[in-house]
Amino acid sequence: MIGSDLLGIEDLDRADIERILDTAEHMREIGRRVVKKVPTLRGRTIVNLFFEPSTRTKASFEIAGKRLSADVINFSPSSSSLKKSESILDTARTLDAMDPDAVVVRHSVAGVPKQMADVLAAPVINAGDGAHEHPTQALLDLLTVKLEKGRIDGLSVAIVGDILHSRVARSNIYAFRKMGAEVCIAAPPPMIPAAVETLGVKAFTSLREAIEGADVVMALRIQSERLTGSYLPSVREYSATFGIDREKLKYAKEDVIVMHPGPVNRGVELSHDLTDHRPSVILDQVRNGVAIRMAVLYLFAGRRQEGEQRIDLGSGEGR
Amino acid sequence: MSDRRIWIRGGRILDPAAERDESGDVLIEGGVIAATGVGLDARDAEVIDANGAWIAPGFVDLHSHLREPGQEYKEDIASGGRSAVAGGFAAVACMANTQPVNDDPAMTDFILDRAAQDSPARVYPIAAATRGLEGTVMTEMSALVDAGAVAFSDDGKTIMDGGVMRHLLEYSRLVSVPVITHAEDRHLVANGVVNEGPVSTKLGLPGNPAVAEEVLVVRDLILAELTGAHLHVAHVSTRGAVAAIRQARDRGVHVTAEVTPHHLTLTDEEVLSYDTNTKVAPPLRSAADVLACREGLVDGTIDVIATDHAPHAMHEKDLEFTVAPSGLIGFETAFPVVLDLVRNGELSPLELMRRLSTNPAKILKRPGGSLEVGAPADVVILDPDTSWTYDPAKGYSKSRNSPWAGRTLMGRVIVTIVGGRLVYHVERGVLYP
Repeated sequence: MIGSDLLGIEDLDRADIERILDTAEHMREIGRRVVKKVPTLRGRTIVNLFFEPSTRTKASFEIAGKRLSADVINFSPSSSSLKKSESILDTARTLDAMDPDAVVVRHSVAGVPKQMADVLAAPVINAGDGAHEHPTQALLDLLTVKLEKGRIDGLSVAIVGDILHSRVARSNIYAFRKMGAEVCIAAPPPMIPAAVETLGVKAFTSLREAIEGADVVMALRIQSERLTGSYLPSVREYSATFGIDREKLKYAKEDVIVMHPGPVNRGVELSHDLTDHRPSVILDQVRNGVAIRMAVLYLFAGRRQEGEQRIDLGSGEGR
Repeated sequence: MSDRRIWIRGGRILDPAAERDESGDVLIEGGVIAATGVGLDARDAEVIDANGAWIAPGFVDLHSHLREPGQEYKEDIASGGRSAVAGGFAAVACMANTQPVNDDPAMTDFILDRAAQDSPARVYPIAAATRGLEGTVMTEMSALVDAGAVAFSDDGKTIMDGGVMRHLLEYSRLVSVPVITHAEDRHLVANGVVNEGPVSTKLGLPGNPAVAEEVLVVRDLILAELTGAHLHVAHVSTRGAVAAIRQARDRGVHVTAEVTPHHLTLTDEEVLSYDTNTKVAPPLRSAADVLACREGLVDGTIDVIATDHAPHAMHEKDLEFTVAPSGLIGFETAFPVVLDLVRNGELSPLELMRRLSTNPAKILKRPGGSLEVGAPADVVILDPDTSWTYDPAKGYSKSRNSPWAGRTLMGRVIVTIVGGRLVYHVERGVLYP
């Protein structure tokens, strides 16, 4: 059963995921119309609360909300509550008093959407929290794979790059495992999280072993500040060992597809040529992202019906 | 000290100093234990019925933060002292990370003056080992000890310079008090906030590996061996640290160690809620580490249970997990939490009391931890069978940062007596000052 918040793929079961994917397939059709708008969420207020800079995800949620006729408000407070001496929970309580129908939260620290959900009456949708989860990214990746391959069950997925710092990796590991795929990861050893096998994946330090026979190869974005220092020696070395190009892709299945959550560091995670051409499906991922976010907003923000009593959790103690 | 006579009637006397576990009465007079045993008669005394309860030496906490001066919004010596006696602690040692830092005899004097006026519990200041807790210049150890400092520590600010630590240990032999190490290698901790392992991986929060503690415990044990000084290891939390201390003790290194109630009973799985009240340094560890700490406490590798009572205001804990300060309050929950070791058959009641009173008093070279005739009457009466729901808002600390908030706990402090004066009664609250 889908709960009141979407904090992570970890909390969903296979039936929940299938329901979201099915709903998103319907939403895709709306995006192909000349008039890309339906009245489904008319009169509902959705707050995009982005503590961390984001162009793509914020735009995607905003477009999704608008296509469903919701009133979408964008809030981008300075990233740390330390700077403005207001605690994140006070921010949450303030927002809650304005009675939004959903709050979409992005924050650089893991757990903030959960902390907010604990005090907010409105549904909280996690748009990415630190290295924890990015559930709508994983859902759009599932949808993209499903549309490409016709199934997810039984596929072999390789996720390559900075797994340690990646919320995309964690959400995708949960998502593909729950949908019956096998997941391998490959990363430079300092970027493999401790006890990662407890997430149900096989970890490799050799790219070749990880992508051998893969149906899907997903490259992760690597933050520039981690490209030098004690995680990695240099961009050149990373690109040579873990960058994906057509040569290395030969180890994967012939009909492999290549994914990336974007934005791509061209020539680092993916070769230029792969970034722009098949088998990469990066722009399909972006397109499907809008449909997934429409589905998620519909399922989470559209649940409260006219005349339904709002559950008042009060503005006092959060826990 | 009080002149009142107090007659504690009919309890189970647990006196680790005398290896004594038997039924009887305790009579207190002139601030000291006047008599113990059966068949006492003191009808003019104030009578406390201890039927079914334990009578033990008042607890001595080797590790706490009272926040005064400087951060009185979190705690002060008065509120901390009241919280302490409500938890059965007759004496608490307080760390030096106040503002200003307790690195000067005048500050030690101030804390002791304030404690004498405001605190129902005895307060033993631990002085900073280095000026301003900066890890470079040694404090004036003899002047500080003369002023009343019981130990030296930079606590949360680990002394990373091994050369400085060596000299501190050497110099501490001049004053014969322990140097307390908070062993966490800053570089290995990096930005870690939760024990590195399956939990940090799942949470996506930066991991703090067990080796960060173990590397420095081992360094300090080797330096203690070299210098012959008394090293006390604060809040041991990992299996490897317990093993290293055990080996060092076996080869005769002068080392003592403490473990907190939370590291004895809570694992890193508590953090899965992202509740910042579970954020503590060192972090809550794996189940295997908890087990090793319990074994270490049982076999004597670890001498003492200390709370590391660390109050923080709610608005500080309401922050992002990485930003919220580390620490939790622990005085008022310590006894019921560690009573788990008795219920689980790991420690006898007498041995538990030894680790809460006799051993810490001995390490600090302060009276306490004894019910022998003539000893200062620091006494606690405990009901091991009562369960109650802990609500920090109803406690005495100014802060509420406890992972046990809302939980039902078994075992309760009924009475605390300090220097012959009844300072806490569970039904009447804190009675003095």
